[in-house]
Amino acid sequence: MSCIEQMKYKLHLERTSFKEAREYIEKNSDEVYYINPGYKLFKDYYIIGVPPVAMGVRGTELLFTYVKPCHGTFVMGIDSEEEIARLRENEAEKIKKSLTKGDVKGKAVSGPAPASYSDMWKK
Amino acid sequence: MGESKKALLVMGCPEVPVQMSMVIYLSHKLKKSGWDVTVAGTDAAVKLLKVADPESYYVQKTVDLDELIGDVVEKKIDFDVCFAFMHSDAGMTYGATFSAISKARLFAVVFGKNAEALGESIDYPVEKIVAKAVHNPNPLKNKIDKVVL
Repeated sequence: MSCIEQMKYKLHLERTSFKEAREYIEKNSDEVYYINPGYKLFKDYYIIGVPPVAMGVRGTELLFTYVKPCHGTFVMGIDSEEEIARLRENEAEKIKKSLTKGDVKGKAVSGPAPASYSDMWKK
Repeated sequence: MGESKKALLVMGCPEVPVQMSMVIYLSHKLKKSGWDVTVAGTDAAVKLLKVADPESYYVQKTVDLDELIGDVVEKKIDFDVCFAFMHSDAGMTYGATFSAISKARLFAVVFGKNAEALGESIDYPVEKIVAKAVHNPNPLKNKIDKVVL
């Protein structure tokens, strides 16, 4: 059993599909982050999911998906400023990496902006 | 002689009868072909397996599914091939997780009443083995027998 089940948590959605759980997080969070399956949360929980796996922040509450093979997907909420800070840091790191890669890509597509919608496809 | 290649069989919820039958069958078949086989599952699924195979004749290694995921993420272990058994959305979600965290050649073994719809909903990189099998394992067995490793 994961440590999560011994923590103080709220269940926002129970026994649903992963897709519905993801949509719930996207619609009901102040901030939404996308992580890879296997992202470690708390002491020993590794997120199970179909990418893109959404995690949400609502105030001091972290919203995330919890999957059990015989019971489906749950949306759980746990107050944890520490995990929220780690999630934001992880996102900042991802943006930094994508910007470094984006520089090269940006140069390749640079040039005058297309004059019309159909011009966009001429390249 | 070199080290055996490693195979992982991931069991989903054990409520559909064909799963246990096919896991035992496939584990035995792989072992006979020289594979080092590990079977992962929930506590209930592993208990069902151990009662059915009390002397570990067909399955020698079992492991808790969630613990195994942690070990694969932390790169303590990985496999050459993985068969993820699934008949529900949750099983399909576990398969997606293995697709993301493991380097294994991944097969989604999809069965149950809604096998076709579930198979179509899988959009991650995986080789699909789909059969509408609930009580009769033969449609699934026939497809698994065609897999060339």
